[in-house]
Parts: sequence; structure tokens; C-alpha cells
Amino acid sequence: MVLTADDKSHVKHVWSVVQPHAGDIGADALTRMFAAHRTTKTYFAHFGLNPGSADIKAHGKKVAAAIGEAVAHIDNIAGALDKLSTLHAQKMRVDPVNFPLLSHCFLVSIAAHHPGLLKASTLLSMDKFLGHVGVVLTSKYR
Amino acid sequence: MVHWTTEEREIITQIWSKSDVAVIGAEALGSLLVVYPWCQRLFAQFGNLSSPAAIMGNPRVKAHGKVVMASFGEAIKNLDMIKSTFANLSELHCNKLHVDPENFKLLINMLLIVLASHFGKEFTPTAHAAFQKLGNVVSHALSRHYH
Repeated sequence: MVLTADDKSHVKHVWSVVQPHAGDIGADALTRMFAAHRTTKTYFAHFGLNPGSADIKAHGKKVAAAIGEAVAHIDNIAGALDKLSTLHAQKMRVDPVNFPLLSHCFLVSIAAHHPGLLKASTLLSMDKFLGHVGVVLTSKYR
Repeated sequence: MVHWTTEEREIITQIWSKSDVAVIGAEALGSLLVVYPWCQRLFAQFGNLSSPAAIMGNPRVKAHGKVVMASFGEAIKNLDMIKSTFANLSELHCNKLHVDPENFKLLINMLLIVLASHFGKEFTPTAHAAFQKLGNVVSHALSRHYH
């Protein structure tokens, strides 16, 4: 699935709205994921997972920053996330099924913070983009 | 039988009582057909699905979205009997409608985003988790009689 010019412009627009508080969205997305998809907690046994925890805040910022990088280099997401891709393949080894779960929680978080922002074709573009990020991050697994 | 906490029951019924089933249903089904266009395979007879605007404005999509969401509402009225509530619908989706159960998950994905859009911060992680759980249970009940 290829990102069209429209997709890229939708993604950049959404990110421009979200970017000022991207860390909060990241933390909220993780909190939602841990609540709604409890199996994902198995990758974070070393974290304090109470909502609002410092670990979640810090990690939310990291995840959001990485997504921001992907937006900034939307024509070469694989290049932009190359190191992260290696890290996920060699160290973190998060099962690929989990990336769509976090992606969905990101979309819910953005929707909750910005009602009306994620409509129809914008939502389509964001879903494709986050899907693409997940594919890149698992591309070196085997 | 699914175990629902008091908090889950309250949060689900609270949010649903404030939901306009027709509006939520139309948006969820419309979004499904935009975001996962292969789902249009099930709705070839619905007329113009040629663009996101056409899909979201399509009166048959809106009407059907309302039907689907009203059915979802039945689950909420029957939280302790979801499997039996959806037994007939499960057979229908398999035998007559030939819907891949994967589509139930996709519709739930859209429903949660639509609820978040409508309820904003009120759609807290706890509410989100409760509705995800409900969605999982409904999807499972709908696919239970597949063969």
C-alpha cells in the first residue's frame, strides 16, 4: 500500500495540529493500548504502568518523536526509521501483530483530543501512514 | 459468560445513552468503507461508493449504519447474554451475507475512533478499553456460528 500525494498532505496536516502536544498523545496512546489490549503489557514489564506514570510519559514522547521523524521524512520512512527498525528486530522483538494495536490507539487518542480532525479520507491516510511505519519497524525481523 | 465490572457496565451504558445511534452508525460504516475500501465488496448494491464524499453521503450507507449500530446497542442491553443475542445474526452473516469475521474487527476499529471523535476527552482510556472489550465480545459472538 503506497502513500499518495493526498495521503502525505493529510498526514502532514494532522501532525501540524498534533505536534505541539505530541508527547501527550504518545503517552495517551500507550495508556489506551495497555488498557484496551492488555497483552501488550508483556513488553513493558520493566515499566511502571499506572496511567500517568513517568515511564509512560517518557516513552510516549519517544514514540511520538519517532512518528514525527517519519512525518518529516515521509518520502523515505524506511531511511528515517532505519536504526529503530534494527532495534526492534534485534533487541525489542515486539511481535508484529502489536503495531496495528498501537496505531489504532494513536488514532483514537488523536480523535479524542481533536474531534473532527480525523474524518474519512484523512483517517484513511493516517491509518495507511501508521501502518507503513509498523511495516518499516518490523521489516528486518527475518 | 463474559465478566463485566460495575465500572465497565456503567461507562458503556453512560456513553451509549448519549450516543446518536444513527449518526454514529453512519460515520462508522462510512469510515469502514473509506478506510478499508476492500470492505465495499459487501456493498456493491449500495450505489455510489466512488469517493469518500460519495460514501459518507450515501443514504443507503447511512441507513445501514443505523441498523448495524442499533444491533450493537442490543449487545449493550444484553451484556450478560451477548452470545445468545447474536446467535441468529451470526448464522446470517455466515450463510447469507458471507462476511469475513475480520470485518467485524475493522468496524469496531472505526466505531472506537468515531466515539472518540464525538466524546473527546470523555472517551477516556477506561471507556476505550470497555468498548474495545465489548467490540471483541460482539465480534466473537458474531463469528461463533460460522462453519
